[in-house]
Amino acid sequence: MSDHKIPGSEALIRSLIAEGVDTVFGYPGGSIINVYDRLYDYQDRLRHILTRHEQGAIHAAQGFARATGRTGVVFATSGPGATNLVTGIGDALMDSTPLVVITGQVASSVLGTDAFQEIDMVDIANPITKWALQVRRAADIPSAVARAFFIANSGRPGPVLLDIAKDAQQGLMEWSHEKCDYIRTYCDRPALDYHALSQAAGIINSAVRPLILSGHGVMISGAEPQLRELAEKAEIPVASTLLGLSTLPSSHPLFRGMLGMHGNIAPNVSTNRADVIIAIGMRFDDRVTGRLDGYAPHARIIHIDIDASEFNKNVPVHCTIHGDAREVLTALLPLVHPARHPEWLASFDRLDAIEKTEVIDRQTHPASGPILMGEVVDQVSTATSDDAILVTDVGQNQMLAARYFRFSSPRSIITSGGLGTMGFSLPAAIGAKIGCPGRQVCAFAGDGGIQMTVQELGTIMAYDIPVKIIVLNNSFLGNVRQWQELFFNARYSQTPMTNPDFVTLASAYGIPGEHITDRADLPEAITRMVKSPTAYLLEVDIHKTDNIFPMMPLGAAVDELMLNATDRLDLSSL
Amino acid sequence: MQERKLFTVTIFSENTVGILNLIAIVYTRRCINIESISASACSIPGVHKVTVTSWSDRPSMIKVVNAIEKIIYVVKAFLYTDDEIVYQEIALYKVPTVRLVDEPELEKIIRRHNARILEITHDYTVLEKTGHNDETEALFEELKAYDITQFVRSGRVCITKDPVEHVTNYLAERDRLRSIQLSGDPSHSPHPFFSEETKENTNL
Repeated sequence: MSDHKIPGSEALIRSLIAEGVDTVFGYPGGSIINVYDRLYDYQDRLRHILTRHEQGAIHAAQGFARATGRTGVVFATSGPGATNLVTGIGDALMDSTPLVVITGQVASSVLGTDAFQEIDMVDIANPITKWALQVRRAADIPSAVARAFFIANSGRPGPVLLDIAKDAQQGLMEWSHEKCDYIRTYCDRPALDYHALSQAAGIINSAVRPLILSGHGVMISGAEPQLRELAEKAEIPVASTLLGLSTLPSSHPLFRGMLGMHGNIAPNVSTNRADVIIAIGMRFDDRVTGRLDGYAPHARIIHIDIDASEFNKNVPVHCTIHGDAREVLTALLPLVHPARHPEWLASFDRLDAIEKTEVIDRQTHPASGPILMGEVVDQVSTATSDDAILVTDVGQNQMLAARYFRFSSPRSIITSGGLGTMGFSLPAAIGAKIGCPGRQVCAFAGDGGIQMTVQELGTIMAYDIPVKIIVLNNSFLGNVRQWQELFFNARYSQTPMTNPDFVTLASAYGIPGEHITDRADLPEAITRMVKSPTAYLLEVDIHKTDNIFPMMPLGAAVDELMLNATDRLDLSSL
Repeated sequence: MQERKLFTVTIFSENTVGILNLIAIVYTRRCINIESISASACSIPGVHKVTVTSWSDRPSMIKVVNAIEKIIYVVKAFLYTDDEIVYQEIALYKVPTVRLVDEPELEKIIRRHNARILEITHDYTVLEKTGHNDETEALFEELKAYDITQFVRSGRVCITKDPVEHVTNYLAERDRLRSIQLSGDPSHSPHPFFSEETKENTNL
């Protein structure tokens, strides 16, 4: 409490600190200069990370938020500063990431006059935020900040934008801050429906071939222990979505792999054999379901989610439980009977064996030929004791990293799932490392994606952030090239890349690195990278035209999988 | 193929800047054309009611309503077909006064359609008719023969036939639970719908 008046810009800083913020990612400019001026006096309490581009700032904030569960905070100026955030805001909405994005705005007196660096940011942000608000009076700043934090990190988390006009930053006000935990029109914690819970328990208890689909919602609500307990109590195999990886350790016997287009064979095929599916905190994305009329035809589906608009959106379900995954599972657990499903689990083993010989061994332990992405991922995972935070870019590197990296603790995967944003990995890894300095953070990127935000090597240099960067270089935009090969007669339109020497580039930023072209040099190079106390860039020349398999092509059902470019999985004997 | 028909969505929201835009985004993203829209205060103090009609199919409209309910300041949204609501529109028509004077048939048309005359000047006469879309349309068709110069129709307004007042009950329940949460005492009197704090914040 203060009995003298302070400017809105300082009120903003104080309110952020009152909300528990200690780190902000941002980039100054004319319309937010007042905030940066006040920040100067609070640097001991509020650490500001100056990225090299606003997109880098917001992806770093996303990485921070997803690694820690805390709300990421971003500062940017009006106009181009604000529009440079758009990709990250959209990404955060798709992947339910709590962010409070603060943009400067021209003075309210000149709004609508095409003033220098004026852009209608609230209207740009409306479709891609959970809430967007323009603040035009200094006195409104504390309550706006309080609401922003409540909305961003409750219910289904998401990005919130506060667009603060210059005069609101300059205006004087008496600061006091009261946290918000209630908005009458917004229900952040739905009451549990005990009828639905008992209905769900009845379905689970009668299941012969049950399957759990574990999504990002499990991680967001911290329901990993309850997920594990449910799986173990009724012996239910668990498949995860891309963003649900690490909700159950990879080594857990009931963890049966990843769903989706490039997921594992057993969980995809078993989706169509299950008689009960328990979907927790996931949204039946089209990359998970494949062709909808061929999805889970034999299953009664129980859908647990905090966002009621996800129910029956893509897949019609039989039982919906609206609520926080941890609360729901905690209430559901006593109603579920212990059960064993040895035959059902054995069917997963048979499918796993096919995948191992047909796909996995070839990818992770090739006898000869160029280095493959999978073996790099596999070795990095081993070298980090399967306990690093995996950050990926988008494309083949993402899918192969997700397939072959192993996880032993929660919140260990940070990847752009919904929006599929190339350039995500490098800045997101910076944010993850700042959020979790005690954990090893490994960013995998392709030669395309790394160059989309490569300027953030400057941020790593400036703040000495020891992230490990693995550039899987095939001199192609590999995922698009794969589709061109498989579905467009190998017409490689605009996918070959001419690249710089990434190690030299890193060295310009004082970041050590090495370039591996020979398989024999890979293990020791990975060891050097993992042991390095500083940031490290490992560039690996990999097979130029390798493809990711298995693959569920567009329009195929979850059990119509390609094992390689010519063979489809034959399920007749399985 | 799902049956396409005219759906009415009623949305109850706080009266905040930009709420209409947020609602419109939900329709435009799905390429659903808004046939009519009206917005005004409703019986609950501080709460506004927006009524939107559009041609679509039921599964699409359920997703629209779910997406609208996700908007932070929306209290509730409801989906109706015409048989579930009592609805009305208002239409205004401008015809040259000289035709009204010259043509005895025009007076009969006005009587038959139960239209009212709002204003008569030397040059023009303004007629008003309330009714369903087809009724106001029918009058327009007949007036075409009399050199009608302007025709305008309002968005639909509607009242539900449902005996339960869902929104009133919902808000009262929210406020009651909040009181319990704050006081730990269920007998604690509920908050007024609009606390001073809410008033101030909605005017941000």
